[in-house]
Amino acid sequence: MALKATPHITQNEALVFERSQTGRRGFRLPALDVDETPLDELLPAELRREDDLEGVPELSEPDVVRHFTRISTWNYNIDLGLYPLGSCTMKYNSRLNERVARIAGFANLHPLTPEEDAQGALEVMHELQQHLAEITGLPGVSLQPAAGAHGEMTGVMMIRAFLDARDGTGDAGEARRNVMLIPDSAHGTNPASAHLSGFNVKTIRSTPEGLTDLEHLRELCASGDVAGLMLTNPNTCGIFERNIREICRDIHDAGGLVYMDGANMNALVGVARPGDMGVDVIHLNLHKTFSTPHGGGGPGSGPCCSTKELEPFLPVPRVVKEGDDFRLDSECPQSVGRVKAFYGNFGMHLRALAYILTHGNDGLREATEAAVLNARYISHGLADTFDKPFDPPPMHEVLFTDKRQTRKGVHTLDIAKRLIDYGFHPMTIYFPLIVQGAMLIEPTESVGRSELQQFVEAMKEIAREAVEEPDTVLNAPHTTRIGRLDEAAAARKPVLRWRPAEKTATA
Amino acid sequence: MANVPEGLYYSKDHEWLKVERDSATVGITDHAQSSLGDVVYVELPKVGDSFSAHDTFGSVESVKAVSELFLPVAGEVTEVNESLNDEPEKVNSDPYGDGWMARVRLSNAGEVDGLLNAAEYEDYIKSEAE
Amino acid sequence: MRYIPNSPEERQEMLRGLGLSSAEELFDSIPADILLREPLKTPAALSETELLERFESLAAKNAAARRPNFIGAGAYTHYAPTIVDSLIQRSEFFTAYTPYQPEISQGTLQAIFEFQTLVCQLTGMDVANASMYDGSTATAEAVLMAERVTRRSRVLVSGAVHPEYLKVAETYVSHAGIELGRLDYDEATGRTTLDDAALDKTVAAVIIQSPNFFGCVEDLKSFADKVHAAGALVVAVVTESASFGLLRSPGACGADIVVAEGQSFGVPVSFGGPYVGLFATREQYARQIPGRLAGLAYDKEGRRGFVLTLATREQHIRREKATSNICTNEGLIALAATIYMTTMGRAGLQEVAAQCAQKAAYARKAIAALGGFTLPHSAPVFNEFVVRAPVEAKGLLRRLADEHNVTGGLELSRYFPERPNDFLVCVTETNKRADIDALVKGLTETQSSKLKIQS
Repeated sequence: MALKATPHITQNEALVFERSQTGRRGFRLPALDVDETPLDELLPAELRREDDLEGVPELSEPDVVRHFTRISTWNYNIDLGLYPLGSCTMKYNSRLNERVARIAGFANLHPLTPEEDAQGALEVMHELQQHLAEITGLPGVSLQPAAGAHGEMTGVMMIRAFLDARDGTGDAGEARRNVMLIPDSAHGTNPASAHLSGFNVKTIRSTPEGLTDLEHLRELCASGDVAGLMLTNPNTCGIFERNIREICRDIHDAGGLVYMDGANMNALVGVARPGDMGVDVIHLNLHKTFSTPHGGGGPGSGPCCSTKELEPFLPVPRVVKEGDDFRLDSECPQSVGRVKAFYGNFGMHLRALAYILTHGNDGLREATEAAVLNARYISHGLADTFDKPFDPPPMHEVLFTDKRQTRKGVHTLDIAKRLIDYGFHPMTIYFPLIVQGAMLIEPTESVGRSELQQFVEAMKEIAREAVEEPDTVLNAPHTTRIGRLDEAAAARKPVLRWRPAEKTATA
Repeated sequence: MANVPEGLYYSKDHEWLKVERDSATVGITDHAQSSLGDVVYVELPKVGDSFSAHDTFGSVESVKAVSELFLPVAGEVTEVNESLNDEPEKVNSDPYGDGWMARVRLSNAGEVDGLLNAAEYEDYIKSEAE
Repeated sequence: MRYIPNSPEERQEMLRGLGLSSAEELFDSIPADILLREPLKTPAALSETELLERFESLAAKNAAARRPNFIGAGAYTHYAPTIVDSLIQRSEFFTAYTPYQPEISQGTLQAIFEFQTLVCQLTGMDVANASMYDGSTATAEAVLMAERVTRRSRVLVSGAVHPEYLKVAETYVSHAGIELGRLDYDEATGRTTLDDAALDKTVAAVIIQSPNFFGCVEDLKSFADKVHAAGALVVAVVTESASFGLLRSPGACGADIVVAEGQSFGVPVSFGGPYVGLFATREQYARQIPGRLAGLAYDKEGRRGFVLTLATREQHIRREKATSNICTNEGLIALAATIYMTTMGRAGLQEVAAQCAQKAAYARKAIAALGGFTLPHSAPVFNEFVVRAPVEAKGLLRRLADEHNVTGGLELSRYFPERPNDFLVCVTETNKRADIDALVKGLTETQSSKLKIQS
């Protein structure tokens, strides 16, 4: 009797727990080379595990390598091609930087090593701080925050600490400024970080041009309780806030400070500096602008750069240079404190410094120009096909909507899913929230002209399908291992881990 | 077009209220459930909780959105629809029936007069769409 | 430029196609007076060979990276099987974004689901998230979550929790209306003392680390019983995740939230990061968890897959009302930990833990036998312990490094100025018997030479 053929295991790889076979080993340790102490003498039985780690997989090394290699093939990635997620800056992740981060003298260095034995690592951090200060025009730098949102929290906490030092903490009955202004186009982490830092959030409207509404900003400032503004520039519509100096001046006149979300710095490096615009504090995403890999969701690194005035409020410890020596300075009484154990994601600092040194000052600007040029190319190429909600020319990312496609029932989500069939990762969808059916496209500098053109052609083809054969788009993707997943069912009865019972069902 | 049954009271926050003497049953309207999409979770108050009019008494979640539930009138919760814990989809399939959320004892029965009737609510959702 | 595909000529053509004559015109929307007029004052470009030379010479200045190391205290030197680093360097993993498009991110999503399950198995909990930045921020998030769950605003933290974790928690809660109280530790045992008077109805949670900062294994079970009697939650902190292979899980001891530093699972110490925070809790608190969660889902054909789920807790939907502001987490490091745990497997994780404990016991006995050195704490330990030296520990360790080429431990005075002679020694499976013997010998000689100089 012939067996029915099933899809190859690469399409149907089980969970590690389901693949487990009793007795398999993936690694063998050297034999214990010291005299063995009886277990009971080591630790009383009531402090020891009783479950013999039941359920933890037992696999051989080839099993493990095949497992992770197989499931990896289900991922799209930058090395495959254009990954045009707006405001995410999915640029090329250099292998050279990976090599640098793995140099034994860095990788094997314990963070609590005495400073004199870690001078190379401290020098790396100090040098990166100096370059980031130069790039942003903001001289105070801390590399401690581990990601963008972490840097945001740090930045707005610094604003809180600065205002408290200037105005008092409210204990003596003085009015405490507690309103953080945030444009309606902002990333969700902005209000969440402001809230965590004790601020009440007030939302600023955007104008029909996609810019921060200056009139509304002034109106909100008039209330007298404004602590600051959190602004992304270029904003999440991909447009440079050309009134940035007026915005900063208004906030300063109202007694507040300006925090800039540096998510979109890939449009500005080497071209214009936040410090010259009037910004007081910014966070950078080293995993965006400075090409440290996103790793499927991290690690990131979110350094904060600030004016001299705000510098005393940066997290501790700070890396400082004294003579020829580098050391960690924790004596900063006005600091917001520590936001993370040790000194930040040092492995990311290494990669970012390698990026800056590989590019050189001219190369940094060149990358910015190429990134904006690529976005402009897409903007131009799709202008006749998709609705563009705002007129000003885009910087490093361009915003379209599904307005022209919805007539036949095709929405942004469907266009995104159909793009997968054309071999591209979708753009950022439904963000910014203020634009219905938003499609935010950021090609970065890491893609060549012919691939950009392929993307433009794919988008045009999808627009044609949306009219002529909408079902093709509505049921996309057609070429992936699995189709659209039922997210509502997943959220109603969440299954967040494997349990042994499932094993008997699928064995 | 959304279903707006006669005989119920409606709020501008898209809750409906079915009043029987001094108590009322509350839920969200067909229009609300349809704009929210597949409901995946309903956070309900506890029996015995008291609320003023327009207080948040819970929330309803779809995959990618959260809406707060506002009690249109003041009252004390006497019963909640526990079955929504297991089957939140009832809010989509039967918003005015099995998808009810809570019963409250009204603090001031006269408050319901400030709410909309079916025709007024229909006009309201039309005006919102424009 | 090496990373820009389009040549300068191609870019000129593209500019012309857009009706622009120069790259400068791309920035016309930026007011002229804030445009940079000069090149950045960052260095000129280095070639690959120059760059590597530069970093190699910087790395060479990190003398400590080449010495046998006995410092732990939140970052642990364990051996990582070769396949861990080789697998995480697959383009498909390290150059992918957060898995927002499940159809083309199943590799990442399935790995997260496996990570969550492994974390649950080791901690003895029901649900775990997709990771936090590190153990310290996970601890801070646990404090915030305890307040949400209990609606109480006082949190007691053991004085034997990693001092840097405590500092991070202080920063995180400084605007949340939460008051952090301290619990002392007992000098003789090295364990946290639970002051019954402090444990009143305002207490949301008690934060306890085990093995604690001094290496002592806490009696979590009876601790948890007392805390629960007061209606508060127990947050168990673990900095040395290798201990999961031997110690009773915090879940089995009654913890309500378990947070841990997962660096021990195949991640280099790398001067403090990137690491990975583990965060696990009980089923009933799943909707209060911070950060991302992967869950099981099916497509129309009934094929199994995974999606990010319960997203309404998160900042991109709930904005200022989110359970946390976290977005990017430590995806790739969580993957490394997943591969490590899978490779070591059920037996390997237990063997690593057993070897750590055995070697630490060996070192502990040998040091205790030295004249002048004592072990101030009596509680059982896993792989870290405090030694009291007859002289100031900082100077002793400096001389040990200079004269005997061994990093012998961490002086406690770094965090506890009142303990100048105490230092913390950590032993892992990577420390060979010869290294331990060299440490013991070095301690004897360094100390006696010091005594001679003094006399």
